[in-house]
Amino acid sequence: MAQERELTCINCPLGCAVLVQMDGDKILSISGNTCKRGETYARMEVTNPTRMVTTSVPVDGSDSERMVSVKTATAVPKDLIFGVMDALSGVRVTAPVSIGDVVLANVCDTGVDIVATRNA
Amino acid sequence: MVQGLYDVIVIGAGVSGCAIARELARYDARVCVVEKEEDVCCGTSKANSAIVHAGFDAQPGSLMAKLNVEGNRLMYEWAKELNFGVIPVGSLVVCVSEDERSGLDVLLERGRANGVPDLRIVERDELLQMEPHISDEAVAALYAPTGGIVDCFGLTIALAENAAANGAKFLFDAPVSSVCRDGDVWVVQAGDAELRTRAVVNAAGVYADDIHNMVAAPDHRLRIVARKGEYHLLDTTAGEYVHHTVFMLPSAMGKGVLVSPTVHGNLIVGPTAIDVDDKEATNTTAEGLAEVAAKCSLTVKDVPLHEAITSFAGLRAHQEAHDFVIGELAEAPCFFDCAAIESPGLTSAPAIGCMVSQQVAERLGLAKKPDGAFDPTRPGVVNLVIASFDEWDALCKQDPAYGNVICRCCRVSEAQIVDVIHRNPPATSLDAIKRRTGATMGRCQGGFCTPKIMGILERELGIRPQGITKAGKGSELLVDEGRA
Amino acid sequence: MDTRDLVVIGGGPAGLAAAISAYEQGCTDVVVLERDVQLGGILNQCIHNGFGLHTFKEELTGPEYAARYVDRARELGIACELGTMVVDVSTDRVVTAVSPQRGVFSIQAGAVILAMGCRERPRGALGIPGFRPAGIYSAGTAQRLVNIEGQMPGREVVILGSGDIGLIMARRMTLEGAHVACVAELMPYSGGLKRNIVQCLDDFGIPLLLSHTISRIEGKRRVEAVWVSEVGADLKPIPGTEVRYPCDTLLLSVGLLPENELSRAAGVELSAVTRGPVVNESLQTNIPGVFACGNVLHVHDLVDYVSQEAALAGECAARYVAGTMASAVREVPVVAQGGVRYTVPSCVSADRMDERLVVRFRVGNVYRDKYVSVYVGDDRIIHRKKRVMAPGEMEEVVIKKTDLTSRPDADRIVVTLEEE
Repeated sequence: MAQERELTCINCPLGCAVLVQMDGDKILSISGNTCKRGETYARMEVTNPTRMVTTSVPVDGSDSERMVSVKTATAVPKDLIFGVMDALSGVRVTAPVSIGDVVLANVCDTGVDIVATRNA
Repeated sequence: MVQGLYDVIVIGAGVSGCAIARELARYDARVCVVEKEEDVCCGTSKANSAIVHAGFDAQPGSLMAKLNVEGNRLMYEWAKELNFGVIPVGSLVVCVSEDERSGLDVLLERGRANGVPDLRIVERDELLQMEPHISDEAVAALYAPTGGIVDCFGLTIALAENAAANGAKFLFDAPVSSVCRDGDVWVVQAGDAELRTRAVVNAAGVYADDIHNMVAAPDHRLRIVARKGEYHLLDTTAGEYVHHTVFMLPSAMGKGVLVSPTVHGNLIVGPTAIDVDDKEATNTTAEGLAEVAAKCSLTVKDVPLHEAITSFAGLRAHQEAHDFVIGELAEAPCFFDCAAIESPGLTSAPAIGCMVSQQVAERLGLAKKPDGAFDPTRPGVVNLVIASFDEWDALCKQDPAYGNVICRCCRVSEAQIVDVIHRNPPATSLDAIKRRTGATMGRCQGGFCTPKIMGILERELGIRPQGITKAGKGSELLVDEGRA
Repeated sequence: MDTRDLVVIGGGPAGLAAAISAYEQGCTDVVVLERDVQLGGILNQCIHNGFGLHTFKEELTGPEYAARYVDRARELGIACELGTMVVDVSTDRVVTAVSPQRGVFSIQAGAVILAMGCRERPRGALGIPGFRPAGIYSAGTAQRLVNIEGQMPGREVVILGSGDIGLIMARRMTLEGAHVACVAELMPYSGGLKRNIVQCLDDFGIPLLLSHTISRIEGKRRVEAVWVSEVGADLKPIPGTEVRYPCDTLLLSVGLLPENELSRAAGVELSAVTRGPVVNESLQTNIPGVFACGNVLHVHDLVDYVSQEAALAGECAARYVAGTMASAVREVPVVAQGGVRYTVPSCVSADRMDERLVVRFRVGNVYRDKYVSVYVGDDRIIHRKKRVMAPGEMEEVVIKKTDLTSRPDADRIVVTLEEE
């Protein structure tokens, strides 16, 4: 059964409205994009959309900071954004922390670590 | 909560109540000011034109006329001992057509009858020299050199601090729900506290009718109407657009829209005058703000309204007879009204304080404190805007916290904020700190300094961030538990 | 009085990049004065990613981007005075500052770089009628509370303005469990990046209401509701279109203003359009030896461009200090026309400029399929079609030194948009 997905391309300020016709996981057609990058973006968004998740967690024992900012080391599946947030609730770190330190390993079994993005 | 018998309970910690408390503190008396809000200066006293009126508006012979002129004189005197900001910039009432010129003469005569010094009419040429941005239509103006501008927060807070330093008590978050006679004393229910007192002063602003009507005879009821005034406040970059307080010729609905510098260096434009039913309705309206914008151009041209940093509205306690209602009620012994204190109420406050305190003292037979027991002076809050760099440096050497600038727009340091948090009455909310130091009042409106001030309040008061408010209970800045 | 060859005011991305660049050009007697207790400026609270694609070819978060410059400044041993707020700059470049450690002190600077950044336009400037309760925050203030203090300023949120900080905060508040009811934008287009609209709003089903504004704020002590109205062509609310959104918080993302109080006091000429200093190709202001870069000069869309611009300011300041800045025989104004709101710089000297000069500008509306044209005198030297241009995005053109030297009689440079 064919479905349609409407997307907004994020590659440039033009923001083309891209229409993707799908049959299950299979892409039937991509239209509305005005450049090749739009097609690539649409293909990725409908098959495996991913996002970086950035947030901050409390830090103990730091003179200057209450919170340390963190991120997923690489993008994770988009539908896991809130899963990552849940996994991080209650996580605290202890100073000293350096940029790149792993705060939580293999978040949500994605194989992706949560790493610190600032020193504290 | 508070035990024992007071001599005087003052209801309302606005400028009138605080002036009365301060003057009563000259006597050997137990005085308590009860206030429904979390701080002094939370009603009409905080949201008005902040003008020291010269005294030519009120009808000769009225209480208003007498107290205005006397208040004007005292204001400049008291500023020295109480260290609040007042600047005698002078005021101009501008006439924009030859047909209205007689209106100026009426005011001039009235002012002279009221005893206002040094009044004179200035013609267009001189007016233009005094105010280059005056309307092209302006033909002449009444110039009153004793007119001025005042820090209405600073005045009220200075009076309260000086009253407290001389023994007066303050009870906040204590709305008065009943005033009853019990034998020879009054029982005042203020919040959770039941207070017993020999005398009551009703200085409850727009609610003075409610308090009055708790004790007055049925045929002697009072009605106070809340008259809303809306204002635009412009950035300090526009603060010198006019150099005097510029009024329109007054009408039945008040003095019209004025354009004036403020003691904080801003330009104030307003107010409207609309009677409203809701005495909590301190909201601005699209119509009101538009009206102010339109009317100010009648006297001053091209007012740079695009430099507005905020707008606000205040409620004046208007009464039909349009005069102050001051004095003891015949049917309620030792219950004194200080009601219907609308413009020029702020200017009159020092004189009101003297008058009411004398009436109460006489009635109760209070004795003056011995010489030296009353200290009329109150230390001001440091103002780094006017301090020289050398003076500022010296302050930093005394206390390094003067070198930690918290509010960059209004140049307020950590030391000033800590100072006012620990004064009596204390500043425990963001707005209370604003009124005392100016922090958050500038062009960024607290964008940068709000989190920093929250941190200082948290540390100095030993409270959790969740307990920090903008202006008392119900105005918490955070909504729930944080993560830190 | 202390003396320094170069004083940089502000230790954010602009100030740091300027100081590093000046140092690398040999101007080593430099000090950065920063009012916060740490370097990095506003980037410290911008914990989302998307910074540095142009500069480092990778997507960094704000604190990581800042750390690259902080580390480099430390490596070079550049003096940085923290917790130090500059309170005055005089026309003869005496910089007066205050700090808890030193009190009030002055430095005679050979050159000064203004890098104070910008601030958010507050609610009051918008004249939204209603009460003034708790719960109205500029988006950046909320960002600081959430990301740095770990506190939650709201649970049920409406956002006015679709600037990038507002969009970023829509997502941030949502991630922390708040509900963002909508983002209202006065203009018929968003002021933010397309990517942020998709990833901060669309991802979470948050509606973006274009041509809408807040017409009323309810709640005396804490925000209880806001009224969102459609606006007409005059950008004023259309009566009858208002919808009430119960909420406890209103976030504002309604524009950034360069913070030029010091510049103004120093006598620096400011542009009425950018509200930043008027500068020449060397990013020098009308006061000799006083340079400006970053958001204090004009509000940028990407920090990468701030860093680039600041590096040029640092280089030029170093030249000024060393006395190697060429003197200008000829200076031509750069004129913004036809939908171009402003240019930085606003005048150019071929004698002083490098081989290439980046001229940055913004347009005043959304334009599709227009040409960006640059004229030197009567000659059109650049004519480039752009699929789309929007006020939220900075544009640039590159002018070559030879464009000017080959046209000795040209009395101006015009940057404009053309149909064809």
